[in-house]
Amino acid sequence: MRPVSETELAEAVARASGPLLVRGGGTRTLGHAVGEVLETGGLSGVKLYEPGALTLVVRAGTPVAEVDRVLEGERQRLAFEVPDLRGLLGRDGVSTIGGVVAANASGPRRVQAGACRDACLGVRFVDGSGTVVKNGGRVMKNVTGYDLVKLLAGSRGVLGVLSEVSFKVQALPEAEATLVVEGLGDEAGLSALRVALGSPFDVSGAARHSGRSLIRVEGMAGSVAYRVAQLRDRVGGDVTLAEGEASARLWREVRDVIPLHGKPGEVWRIATLPTAAAGIVAQLEGEALWDWGGGLIWLLLDHGRGAEVAAAVAGRGHATLVRGQGGPVFPPEAPEVAALVAGLKAKFDPRGIFNPGMMG
Amino acid sequence: MDMPAPDQGVIVRKARIVERLRAVLSADGVIDAPEELRAYECDALTAYRCPPLAAVLPRSTGEVSAVLRVCWEEGVPVVPRGSGTSLAGGAMPTADSVILGVARMNAVLETDYENRFIRVQSGRTNLSVSGAVEAEGFFYAPDPSSQLACAIAGNIAMNSGGAHCLKYGVTTNNLLGVTLVRMDGTVVTLGGPWGEPAGLDLLGVVCGSEGQLGVVTEAWLRILPKPEGARPVLVGFDSNEVAGACVSDIIKAGILPVAIEFMDRPCIRATEAFAKAGYPDCEALLIIEVEGSAAEIAEQLARIKQIALAHDPVEFREAADEDQARRIWLGRKSAFGAMGQINDYMCLDGTIPVSSLPHVLKRIGEMSREFGLDVGNVFHAGDGNMHPLILFNANKPGDLERCEAFGAEILKLCVEVGGCLTGEHGVGIEKRDLMSVQFAPEDMEAQMRVKDVFDPKWLLNPAKVFPLGVSAERRAG
Repeated sequence: MRPVSETELAEAVARASGPLLVRGGGTRTLGHAVGEVLETGGLSGVKLYEPGALTLVVRAGTPVAEVDRVLEGERQRLAFEVPDLRGLLGRDGVSTIGGVVAANASGPRRVQAGACRDACLGVRFVDGSGTVVKNGGRVMKNVTGYDLVKLLAGSRGVLGVLSEVSFKVQALPEAEATLVVEGLGDEAGLSALRVALGSPFDVSGAARHSGRSLIRVEGMAGSVAYRVAQLRDRVGGDVTLAEGEASARLWREVRDVIPLHGKPGEVWRIATLPTAAAGIVAQLEGEALWDWGGGLIWLLLDHGRGAEVAAAVAGRGHATLVRGQGGPVFPPEAPEVAALVAGLKAKFDPRGIFNPGMMG
Repeated sequence: MDMPAPDQGVIVRKARIVERLRAVLSADGVIDAPEELRAYECDALTAYRCPPLAAVLPRSTGEVSAVLRVCWEEGVPVVPRGSGTSLAGGAMPTADSVILGVARMNAVLETDYENRFIRVQSGRTNLSVSGAVEAEGFFYAPDPSSQLACAIAGNIAMNSGGAHCLKYGVTTNNLLGVTLVRMDGTVVTLGGPWGEPAGLDLLGVVCGSEGQLGVVTEAWLRILPKPEGARPVLVGFDSNEVAGACVSDIIKAGILPVAIEFMDRPCIRATEAFAKAGYPDCEALLIIEVEGSAAEIAEQLARIKQIALAHDPVEFREAADEDQARRIWLGRKSAFGAMGQINDYMCLDGTIPVSSLPHVLKRIGEMSREFGLDVGNVFHAGDGNMHPLILFNANKPGDLERCEAFGAEILKLCVEVGGCLTGEHGVGIEKRDLMSVQFAPEDMEAQMRVKDVFDPKWLLNPAKVFPLGVSAERRAG
């Protein structure tokens, strides 16, 4: 099913007699849910854009590429740097903005500008009974009622099908530069990222792969030059500088996890403490791309190592199997959390038709 | 303000309930003497008062859990309280409720500079969180005006903002995880110092739920390295429209000031008379603050000046040193006190799209004449969060009611232009009955379902957030 309006979407959900596989363009769907496909790609287009207020309201099925194009026209962007995971997951299709929100998909700039959920100001969605619900709005500060926007962001369609999202957007910076640090081992190279993030120099990217640590600053040209000089003195190693488009290219590689594309094996996405990041990878011995100063690890491993991964991250984060064969995909929940999750699903989707078996 | 009739079945069991609470807390942790309970009869919304049945002051998550379990078994409503600074009546008791104050839980449990977080007990005050990490060059970003007194517990309950949230976000953007105790005493950990949710973002819905889903006893908070310096400029304009257009142009230009504050003429005049900050006599003024090294500040201010001058301001005042910077902020920081010198006031908190600013200010001026009450506007202009201050005389019969009616009209206007009832103070009891202006029944139904899951008996922080009629069936159990 591919409804073209919110009304049609609500009717489709109300009429559904069995499980629905809810998705945007299906480019980042995870897990083992099965059901009749319900795509939101037909709900497309910008509903409101006020560059002077940094607000954008779009229908959930709008392609990410179109959102980017519209924002670029006013020299603005989504602050959270939407990852394109098609290459990593081996998917085709058109990534939609609703899918991005449903996955809370956030790129390298999360360390400075926040996650996707932090940029979401409001949502409209259809719950499991086919009722349209709105929450939040289009203003930057809003504490009116409970924040279902955060609850829906990252819910992967299990509580409702997003029909519309409003965002806080960001102006494009005048300049960007990346310090490329070589000659350091993983432990020291990750330590350099923590030094940079603990400095007052407003680092907007801190990643490591292929033996190189990357530290990004963005902003007005004079300020970028100043901060680059300050950081260069503090991080150690052999530093070269990438500016403008060369810098941007480095961060697309990180954002889309390009170093792991096309390589056989399973890919884990591990959220952890930056100080634990080197140790976890050393213990599991796989190829890693570290983002968020080490707080996020994309790790390539042989098949069937789920138990070892779980043991390695226990008590210091969690791991999701984003590309693999069988086994649980999402991290297990403590019983008292699982009870709340089950309760919310039963309330928002009483028939249990949205992506059954996906999460929790 | 309507409040539900207290449960007499609870009130007659007071002695037994207090005895059970004393059994799980240290002797000085339970307050039941009527004269001592007066301290808990209201929060910073002082127009409404009601002493609670009792108050408890636990010292640990374990004690909070034990207290809640007793109240759950006895069917006693519980009103969680941070420091009692809510302007919305978020910690307003009912006669049959137990106040659960977290003031004694103020310890720092862990600081981790490499991973950039602090873990605190939730009764710790906002400013003392920054105080705990200041020596290492860090700070906690959300900075509500009450930060000297307000507790992290209340900040999380209300998703508090502050003057600097334009750059750093509000509480929800700086909260990594919590220990939450549910009404039945179950202890739940949501999130953690790594920040990224593992599944559904339950932390995200707990933040801002006004103490209705559980009692937060501990929190992991993100800390940030302090910028090298900060500096404000003051720009005066002879019209609200032009000031609004200037704000919009600064934002569009990609400069990200940490604060853009707006004051209108009535507010400027009141603060001048009170604080003598030397503000220009004009229709509207902006205080814009930027951060960074000396050179970075100069670079940003040069750009701001260029944009501001294009709007033909009546004054563009830079701060040559710390003292001048302090004077620029002086009037703004005295604004509430200044208005309070003139009369009693009610502080509103609606948010509007920045583009609607001139229209909304014009309408507020018209309504001020219709209601016969003066109003001054202080405004977080960068994010559209308004703080109209309506002046009234609490001793004059009918004035409070007129003021509340005027306030309600302003908030309805905020919703009408695409904004909301409250940007950072919360709904509490104050805006509870206006929720239907912003939300359709099914929108509130979806929110109430979350409460059904976390607090099935609807005992936590009763009679807040949702209109009484809308929540009646659930509260009846």
